[in-house]
Amino acid sequence: MPDLGLDVLFKGKNMLRLLGGLWVAVRISLISVALSIPLGILLGIVMTWKNPVTKTVTRIYLEFIRIMPQLVLLFIVFFSSTRTFGWDISGELASVIVFTAWGTAEMGDLVRGALISIPKHQYESGAALALSPFQTYFYIIIPQTVRRLIPLSINLVTRMIKTTSLILMIGVVEVLKVAQQIIEANRMSSPNAAFGIYLVVLIMYFMICWPISMLARYLEKKWR
Amino acid sequence: MAEVLLKVKDLVKQFDGGTVLDGISFDVRRGEVIVVVGSSGCGKSTLLRCINALEPIQGGSVELGGEPVVYGSKNLARMRQQIGMVFQSYDLFPHMNVIDNILLAPLKVQKRNKSEARAEAMELLKRVGLEDKAESYPRQLSGGQKQRVAIVRALCMHPVLLLFDEVTAALDPEMVREVLDVMLDLAGQGRTMIIVTHEMQFARAIADRVLFIDNGKIVEDSDPDTFFESPKSDRAKQFLNIFNFERSK
Amino acid sequence: MNWDFILKYLPLYETAALLTVKIGLIGIALSIAVGFLCAAALYFKVPVLRQIVIVYIEISRNTPLLIQLFFIYYALPKVGVAMSAQFCGVLGLAFLGGSYMAEAFRSGLEAVEPIQNESALSLGMERSQALRYVILPQAVSISVPAFVANIIFLLKETSVFSAISLMDLMFTAKDLIGQYYKTTESLFLLVVFYLIILLPVSILGSYVERRLRYAGFGS
Repeated sequence: MPDLGLDVLFKGKNMLRLLGGLWVAVRISLISVALSIPLGILLGIVMTWKNPVTKTVTRIYLEFIRIMPQLVLLFIVFFSSTRTFGWDISGELASVIVFTAWGTAEMGDLVRGALISIPKHQYESGAALALSPFQTYFYIIIPQTVRRLIPLSINLVTRMIKTTSLILMIGVVEVLKVAQQIIEANRMSSPNAAFGIYLVVLIMYFMICWPISMLARYLEKKWR
Repeated sequence: MAEVLLKVKDLVKQFDGGTVLDGISFDVRRGEVIVVVGSSGCGKSTLLRCINALEPIQGGSVELGGEPVVYGSKNLARMRQQIGMVFQSYDLFPHMNVIDNILLAPLKVQKRNKSEARAEAMELLKRVGLEDKAESYPRQLSGGQKQRVAIVRALCMHPVLLLFDEVTAALDPEMVREVLDVMLDLAGQGRTMIIVTHEMQFARAIADRVLFIDNGKIVEDSDPDTFFESPKSDRAKQFLNIFNFERSK
Repeated sequence: MNWDFILKYLPLYETAALLTVKIGLIGIALSIAVGFLCAAALYFKVPVLRQIVIVYIEISRNTPLLIQLFFIYYALPKVGVAMSAQFCGVLGLAFLGGSYMAEAFRSGLEAVEPIQNESALSLGMERSQALRYVILPQAVSISVPAFVANIIFLLKETSVFSAISLMDLMFTAKDLIGQYYKTTESLFLLVVFYLIILLPVSILGSYVERRLRYAGFGS
């Protein structure tokens, strides 16, 4: 059995440190998702307006955010905020800004899709039953959109968590950075630590994302 | 009397523990038109699917011209070439135009000569009044037109037996007639057919024999006049009553 | 904006963009092959292989590419599997993309109505003929939009390659920011180059999707 560098994990507080790093990434995604959902709903509603100005502005926003790699967006916010505005924002703040902007765009598009996918006769049959527009919205339209949206927003959470791995690249100390530090510190005593540590980091991400994906898939099936 | 073409013997079909067909036996002679009726869920569509071996069966046998038709067997594709089947809907291939739909199997399965097969296809299309639709795609056709193409597609394989599975059930009333007319025409040519339908007047007009299926069993097997005028069983009487209305005022 | 700086470093970005495109294209081509095989294994319920494919898809879809690359590039050499950075990049992208392509093909196959297969069989076709002439052409055209979306997704994912010290666009931009503090110019070039790579694919994608959605066969 070759040395897989697994022993390093159990040395000192290494495992706890890794989990702490993971928490940094998860915390950033949770904050971003919490901000993205209300902002996304707002954006989604605005996107269904017929006003040409809001249509164009929201469209450009959406297209730009979605076409750029998230890492490019991180670079733009992280590096140019200092330069342009003289703010020295931390990597964590830059990450929350970028992921919220991205999550809002994705969520907004989902909300828009859900809203326009409700057939017109649903509104009409509400009106035919003499419900007020508010009642129609509250009892007929919103319950249908929510069912479509919940699995998709849960999927957004896993995508968000996977994407937070990128914040390493703008110097945030998260799980990968902690992993690098541990590997570096044990370079002499345990030269193969990279295998065990990176394997564990891979498993950690999987253990978080997989159950969430399963939940989304389950709800999608149940509510179809 | 003409020879027996299709022999169904003690056919049993079960789905998830439930028995859909429970010992069905009947013969079809060459040139006969059999209409199968019964309430929905009685297993009449399943019967057609079993004859064409689209479903595995749990007991009994199906023989066409003395040769068994067995689900999963090696010669199944060859046996199926002799059985034409038209479904309720959606069975034209949407990515091919009408003529390609019709010619796909004659060319790829029977390896027939293209110009000869095409000439035959055009002739058949003309017969059902669709010679100008040869280059159209299924989505450009009405439901009635699609079903007429599906019939032509089946005919072009030169089947000895035709199966029709509620082919007008999904159509608007004004399109039902054009499809039924094509089927009447085929009956007039002496084709052997088994038809599942809810159109009772049509059934009476076209059938040589009517099979009434209830609870997976053949309850009546008689000529159409006997069946529609004086059915023997209570179940058949109840079933036929569904189609009668009395004035409410 | 310092245009002299931009002109001076343009060639550097060009080289980097070519590397991104090269690894991206090879990785995507492999993803398609992997995805096709996996979808086939799932569709035909091939024993054993099917279970392996399911596990692979779950791992691939529920872990970030960056970590997959770290594992391939930094961890595998410790157990004797050492590969060049470029090869690792291609491998990582194919590992990630294979599962996304598999899902696209699979949902295309499942979207074809079972009656299509049955009516092909009832015309006397063998299963393989029904698949080739009836099922596959429909499945492929149904999966095209998801397929294009995956290509864009994978091209975007190539931005993490600098983490395994490949000199791609991100690497070049970061390098120039670090060396010369020309942040605006470096980022401007970065955005422009990614737009040059991604915009055409995106436009093609929405064109294809619109055609398939509003028209379909026969128009």
